[in-house]
Amino acid sequence: MARARPFSAARLPGFAAMAAATFLILYAPIATLVIYSFNGSDSVAVWGGFSLKWYGAAWENAQVQEATMRSVVIALAASGIATVTATMAALGTTRRGRFPGQTLIYAIINQPLMAPEIVTAVALLIFFSSIKVATGYTGLGYLILAHAAFCVPFAYLPIRARLESMDLTLETAAADLYATPWLAFRRVTLPLLAPGIAAGAMLAFVISLDDVIITEFVKSAGQDTLPTYMLGQIRRAATPEVNAISTVLLAVTVALLSLFFAVTRKRA
Amino acid sequence: MTEDDAAVEIRSARKEYPSAAGPVRALDDVSLTIRKGEFFTLLGPSGCGKTTLLRLIAGFETPDAGRILLEGRDITDDPPNRRPVNTVFQSYALFPHLSVARNIAFGLEMLGRPAAETRARVAQILRLVRMEEMADRRPDQLSGGQQQRVALARALAPAPRVLLLDEPLSALDLKLRKEMQRELKRLQHETGITFVFVTHDQEEALTMSDRVGVMRGGRLQQVGPPREIYARPVNRFVADFIGETNFLEGVARGGAVHLPAGAALPAPGGAPAEGARITLTVRPEHLRLNAPGAGRLEATVAEIVYFGPAAHCHMKLDDGTPIVARLEEGRMPEPGARVGLDFAPGALQALED
Repeated sequence: MARARPFSAARLPGFAAMAAATFLILYAPIATLVIYSFNGSDSVAVWGGFSLKWYGAAWENAQVQEATMRSVVIALAASGIATVTATMAALGTTRRGRFPGQTLIYAIINQPLMAPEIVTAVALLIFFSSIKVATGYTGLGYLILAHAAFCVPFAYLPIRARLESMDLTLETAAADLYATPWLAFRRVTLPLLAPGIAAGAMLAFVISLDDVIITEFVKSAGQDTLPTYMLGQIRRAATPEVNAISTVLLAVTVALLSLFFAVTRKRA
Repeated sequence: MTEDDAAVEIRSARKEYPSAAGPVRALDDVSLTIRKGEFFTLLGPSGCGKTTLLRLIAGFETPDAGRILLEGRDITDDPPNRRPVNTVFQSYALFPHLSVARNIAFGLEMLGRPAAETRARVAQILRLVRMEEMADRRPDQLSGGQQQRVALARALAPAPRVLLLDEPLSALDLKLRKEMQRELKRLQHETGITFVFVTHDQEEALTMSDRVGVMRGGRLQQVGPPREIYARPVNRFVADFIGETNFLEGVARGGAVHLPAGAALPAPGGAPAEGARITLTVRPEHLRLNAPGAGRLEATVAEIVYFGPAAHCHMKLDDGTPIVARLEEGRMPEPGARVGLDFAPGALQALED
């Protein structure tokens, strides 16, 4: 029996070709990068047989080890600070009725998403250098604070989304059932919010882990993170070692983001 | 009524909400006493202030003026967690991360009751609402009716002095709603707890309550047992809101009320002032259809509407005033037929506007 088929973009002319081209452009460079990380030769462009030697080289490279450790420390500290801040901000903006200036508050919290990163980087550089002059402190604290600042909106968004899907009446019900505000938070809000907090923390961690621009501006001498170390290597002589590090970073990021989607998809 | 009989006393409560069009008066000088152990219903259209009044008793809102007393104690300034009243929410508000049993135990745990006592009480309440099988389920694994029972059980478990119910049956279908109405009456009877029930459904209010408070525009219109509210409404709003009724407007002359259609009806409740405008009301079930000329009013049948056990006969008086009679049985008149309408003198009431 003939009947009218609903509109489908899949039947438009050139759909398949366009889709194939898009996926090719998106994934061919990454596929090449991954393939050449197993290159046996010293070149990032000439294939010299399959080998894991660049993974071994990266693993044994003291500079890589040091930069990796620094990246992880900064990402853990910054995502921790950002997640706590974002959780408080999300509670403050959603666990109440609508209020005047709500949209403005959202915009202010999400400002790092909108401001050009280079502007934030320059601003932080100038701001921190005056503090450096005044205090003499040159440790990792600046990088941690800088990362925490731009990670806040990434942690805030999934936490707020989770809170917005939670009935405000739940806290009212807890208060009605003799829970103090603190107990209502700990026994009702926090357990229901946990997946949102975990998702926000993971996203913030990943964002911090691969930051280059702000890190490059804010870091002091000898404070390379993994991404800034890689940038430095490529400027000199690129070897498949960079491919190997990139591939590992890619795997870690994909794993964390998959976990993020798994956590956010599970509804309350 | 003595002071000792009062479960809840509301004294001159006022509440305003800000809005874009200026402050909205949700409660306008409401005073009300709810007796211990009664099933009291706050009835009114949406926006009449009934839910605000309930939230004031629960402590989710504070009044702009006035006091709230619970069994003689002033609780106006107590937060909700320090008031021995519990609420069944319209949305149920069950904790989605806790099992049925843990939901019911929540209030007792917050009160710091010993674990053994809490377990025993949860088991008892689960039996009371007939949900023993569901103790380990999560709320999202329950039907709407079952969630309703858990919400009820959770609010009853701490044995509150007063149980507040905010339109709890509005999400259920008709059959389930009828069943839950009986269930609520049974629970109230078995626990002896004072129930304060909020609804906009007048039939629900009439069938379940010991007393009803009818609200409109932030004010209490009338408080009394269902029979009294139905039979003796104090004003036109209450008469119109509770059940179906007919309104006949006329002018008092010589102790009778003269209608525009020509008929004169005896003025109920004493002779009104000469020339006063009077609204009379008579319920459809009190009207009898007679042959033309045999009755107090003459009318023309417009339409017959059947609804199962009876039919409504819609008619018009000669000036076009609509009037409805309830016909239980016998021959139905044809549309267009002339009829005489009669009723017992006591069926007629005069109303304030």
